[in-house]
Amino acid sequence: MTTTLPPSERTTRHTPPLRQATARARHRGKDATNRPATLLLVVASLAVLIPLYVAVAMSLKTSSQAADGDAFALPWPIDLGNFADAWRITRFPVSFSISVAVAAASVLGTLALSSLAAYAIARNWDRRIFRWSFFYLLGAMFLPFPVVALPQIKLTALLDIDSPVGVILLHIVFQLSFSVLLYTAYLRSIPMELEESARMDGATTWQIFRRIILPLLGPMNATVGIFAFLASWNDFMLPSLITSDPGLQTLPVLQNIFQNKFDTNYNVAFASYLMAMAPTVLVYLFSQRWVISGLTQGAVKQ
Amino acid sequence: MAVPPPLPRGASVTPSARRRRRVEPIYYWFLLPTLVLFTGLVLGPALVGIFYSFTDYVGFGEWRFTGLTNYVALFSDPAIWESYKFTLGFALVTVVLAQSVALALAIGLTSRVRFLTALRGVFVIPMMISGIVAAYVFSYLFANTLPSMATSLGIGPLEESILGNPSLAWVAIMIVSAWQTLPGALLIYIAGLLAIPGELYEAAAIDGASAWRRFRSITLPLVSGYVTINTILGVKGYLNAYDVIKGLTDGGPGTATHSVAMKIFTGYTDGDYAYQMSNATIFFVLTVAVSLLQLLATRGRGLRLS
Repeated sequence: MTTTLPPSERTTRHTPPLRQATARARHRGKDATNRPATLLLVVASLAVLIPLYVAVAMSLKTSSQAADGDAFALPWPIDLGNFADAWRITRFPVSFSISVAVAAASVLGTLALSSLAAYAIARNWDRRIFRWSFFYLLGAMFLPFPVVALPQIKLTALLDIDSPVGVILLHIVFQLSFSVLLYTAYLRSIPMELEESARMDGATTWQIFRRIILPLLGPMNATVGIFAFLASWNDFMLPSLITSDPGLQTLPVLQNIFQNKFDTNYNVAFASYLMAMAPTVLVYLFSQRWVISGLTQGAVKQ
Repeated sequence: MAVPPPLPRGASVTPSARRRRRVEPIYYWFLLPTLVLFTGLVLGPALVGIFYSFTDYVGFGEWRFTGLTNYVALFSDPAIWESYKFTLGFALVTVVLAQSVALALAIGLTSRVRFLTALRGVFVIPMMISGIVAAYVFSYLFANTLPSMATSLGIGPLEESILGNPSLAWVAIMIVSAWQTLPGALLIYIAGLLAIPGELYEAAAIDGASAWRRFRSITLPLVSGYVTINTILGVKGYLNAYDVIKGLTDGGPGTATHSVAMKIFTGYTDGDYAYQMSNATIFFVLTVAVSLLQLLATRGRGLRLS
C-alpha cells in the first residue's frame, strides 16, 4: 500500500479536491490503473460488505433457517414477516417518530446556535471575550462524557426534562464545540467586503447575518447538519441514560429488546437492526458529496 | 479536528484602534444562548459532580463531606485498576490498528484504482451505522458464525465464541471499534493526502526515489498533522467506549471488558454516586493528560508543515 498520489490527481486549493479527483479518475485510461491496489481495496471492502450482507440475509430468513447458524447462506424461502414482527415489537411508528423528532430538533438547534455564535466569534476575534468563548467551547472537546453523565442525569430529572426534550438539549450541547469550530473556520474564508457594502446600505447586523451570511454558509450547514444528524440518530448512551419513560425511547435504544428477550429470534432482530440503520445509510447516499467536500473545505484545510 | 485559530479579524487593528471600536451589542446576543446552554448543561454539572466527589452522597438524601476518602478508596480498589488497565490498553492498541489501516486505505483511495467512487462510498458506510447496532450484528458473527466456521475448518482455539473468552473478548471489541471509527479518520486522511503538492512526488520520482522512500520522506511527514488530529480524536473516543462494549460483551465475561465509562455509569444505579464521581474526575484528568502528551509528542511535526 505504498502507492502514492499520481500527479494527475493534484488539485488546486479552490475546487473541492475529492470531486475533481473523482472526475479525473473517470477520464483516465485503463492502463493507468493500479491493479494490485484495486484488488487489495476490493478485498478490504469485504470487511464492510460482509456484515451488511449478513444483516440483510438474516433479516429475510425464516426462523428455522436463521437457527441453522449458517450466516452466509442465501435466504430461502424469503420471509418478509420478520419486518412486520420487528415493526410491532419495537412499536416502530412511535419510536421512529421519536427518533426523527429528536434528530430534527437537535440538528436545527445545533445549526441555529452554533452558526450565530461562530459568526459573533469570527467577527469579533480581536475582542478577548469572544476569543475566550471560542476556547471555552473548544475545551469541551477534551471533556469525556462519562465525567458529566451522572450530574446530567440528576439535572435533567430535577428540571423534569428526563425525556426526549433533555436528550435534544444535550445532543445540541455536545455538538456545539465541533460545529462552532467548523463554522468559525469557514467564516474566515468569507470576504468582509460583502458585509461592509451591505452595512453602507444601512443593513443591520441581523439582516447581514440572515441575508448574506446564512446563504453563504450553505455547504457548511450541510456538513454540520449531517454530523449532528448522525450523532443524534445513532446515539445510544444519552437517551438510554436520560429518558426515564421507556415508551419515549429512541430506535437504537429499543434494539436492546432483542438482546434480552428474543435472543433466539435472530431473523426478527436483524430485520429491526436494518430498519434502524436504513435511514442513515439513505441520508448518506444522498449527502456524501457534501460530507466530503465540507470536511475538506472546512476543518482540515490548514 | 484541529483547526488553526481563526485569523484575527482585522489583524491590522492597532491596540489603540481596538480600544476605540465598540462591539455591537447584538453580537453578544448571538453568542449568549450558546454560552448559557453550554455552561448550564456541561460546565455546571461537571463542577457539581466534582464537588460531590468529596462527599459521601449516594445520589439522593443526606450527604456530608468526606474529603479525599473516595479518592483514597479508589486507589486500593482492584476493580477500578482493572477497568483502567483494560480501557487504556484497549484504547492504545485500537488507535494504532485503526490509524494504520485508515492511512493505508486512504493512500489506496487517492491512487489510480478502479471503482474509486464506489470504494470510497463503501468504506464510509460504517460511520452511518450506530455503534450499538454494529455491535449486535458483529456479536452474532463472533458468537455463531466464527465458531461454526472454525469447527468445520478444524481451528481448535476459535471453536468457542471469543466473546465468552475473558482473554480474547477485547479483540472483538477492538475490531468493531476500529471498524466503526475508521471512516472518520479515513476522510481526514484523504483530504490531507489530496492537499500534498504533486511537484514533490514528481521531483522525487526524477531523483529516483522508490515508492517506499516517497511514502517515508514525503507522504508521512506531510500527513503527520492529520495523524496527530486523528490519534487524539481516536484515543479520546476509545477511552469513552461504551455502546460497542455494551452491545458485544456488556462488560463480560465476568468483568474482563469493564471499561472506565461503564464503571462510572454504575454510580447511578448502585448508590455509589460520589465514589464514581471521584472516578470520573480522575478519568477526566487522565484524558486531558493523554491528549496533551500526544500533542507534545508530535509538536513541531506536521501541524506547521501544511
